Amino acid sequence: MWTWFHKLSSPKWFYQISSQWLPWIACAAVLFLTAGLILALAYAPADYQQGNSFRIMYIHVPAAILAQSCYMMMAVAGGIVLIWRIKLAEMAVKCIAPFGASITFLALVTGGIWGYPTWGTWWVWDARGTSMLILLFLYFGVIALQSAISTASGAARAGSLLALVGVVNIPIIKYSVEWWNTLHQPATFKLTEKPSMPVEMWSPLLVMVIGFYLVFGVVLILRLRNEVLEREHKTNWVRKLIETPADSSVNTPAKKGT
Amino acid sequence: MYWYSIKSMIGRELLIAARYPAEILNPLVFFLMVVTLFPLGISPEPEFLSQIAGPVIWIAALLALMLSLDSLFKNDFDDGSLEQLLISPSPIAMMVLVKVITHWFTTVFPIILLAPVLALMLHLPAEGYGALFLTLLLGTPTISLIGGIGAALTVGLHRGGVLLSLIVLPLFIPILVFSASAIEAANMGMLYNPQLAILAAMLLLALLAAPFATAFALKISINN
Repeated sequence: MWTWFHKLSSPKWFYQISSQWLPWIACAAVLFLTAGLILALAYAPADYQQGNSFRIMYIHVPAAILAQSCYMMMAVAGGIVLIWRIKLAEMAVKCIAPFGASITFLALVTGGIWGYPTWGTWWVWDARGTSMLILLFLYFGVIALQSAISTASGAARAGSLLALVGVVNIPIIKYSVEWWNTLHQPATFKLTEKPSMPVEMWSPLLVMVIGFYLVFGVVLILRLRNEVLEREHKTNWVRKLIETPADSSVNTPAKKGT
Repeated sequence: MYWYSIKSMIGRELLIAARYPAEILNPLVFFLMVVTLFPLGISPEPEFLSQIAGPVIWIAALLALMLSLDSLFKNDFDDGSLEQLLISPSPIAMMVLVKVITHWFTTVFPIILLAPVLALMLHLPAEGYGALFLTLLLGTPTISLIGGIGAALTVGLHRGGVLLSLIVLPLFIPILVFSASAIEAANMGMLYNPQLAILAAMLLLALLAAPFATAFALKISINN
């Protein structure tokens, strides 16, 4: 297991092996998203209260789940950076943050779009929405800190530490927001906590969640490959790769490294 | 064992604070000004003000504290004494803790002392004063400790000020929530022990973990 770990931490090895993984993961992502969307839009029954407007749930819920686990993954990568100083993890911390922020933003926007027909307002200060907003702020902090530091490894290490501090705080923030919400008790309807969701309703959701994770995998690999080329552009193997563009690796974003 | 270095550190920090009284006075004046903006901006109605007095004072104290955090390590970084601290034989986390506590005493404690006066101007109900004082006493050290991590991460950067607020503000939300709810409970004549207990727990956690994270962050910043 350790040798595998060390191998994976070599940017060159990752670059080569990921070009084999990428088409498979990309195909699986397209497959799952298409199947999930067809199931969600055509086969899932309309909600007896909300009608068809509830179908945005199939975007909203996977985005919200992914937004939270992205932060966790960023923090795990950050821990690896601080403990083992693995270059690939440094790149991962940098690559996950913007994607996590945009998926959090997507969850907030779809929440608003869902909320308007259901609650009659774009934004409610409920516990979940507010925690999501704070999560977006945490992402912004990591991105801003990383972009302010000029050296790549310094930026990654500072961002990693901040991500870890954030992870310690996330449960506290979540709990405090829930406390605050129960005290102030705004007039909201519980939306996603239907006592029993029929199978036709939740199975597309499951497919969509898997699809979103696969999209995350594709985006992460693409960004990581770019980052590898950019940071390793002085090494021999990258130079060789750029000189012979007819390389077997698929959709090589090689121009960025030059 | 490290008494000597702790003592000399405290002496040095206090001496610097005494030589530059503006460092203490500026956050205090800022605090006063921000609080003044609320009656001017929203409403001078005493009944209304008495409702928002607690949270307004807390938010203003939070902002004033954050402005003062920027200078926590900045001067030491600029004159090079921070590097000396990092290579000194005494444990960095301990020295950081001493520094943060001294900073809290010189900069934040005056804010806490001024808070009741502002509470008077905002017509805070008499029951709320104890809660305001206790939450500030328990909450602001946590803010200083967590903010110290942010200050250490941004110490070498040119425009660290705004960035510092950006990265640490979301982390202060729980403290604000529990403090405001303690003051609100006190205003209504209810017990606010649970909120104080949670604030104390957060302070203990921050005391335990933040100095190490700050020391680590300082090492990262110095190496950049």
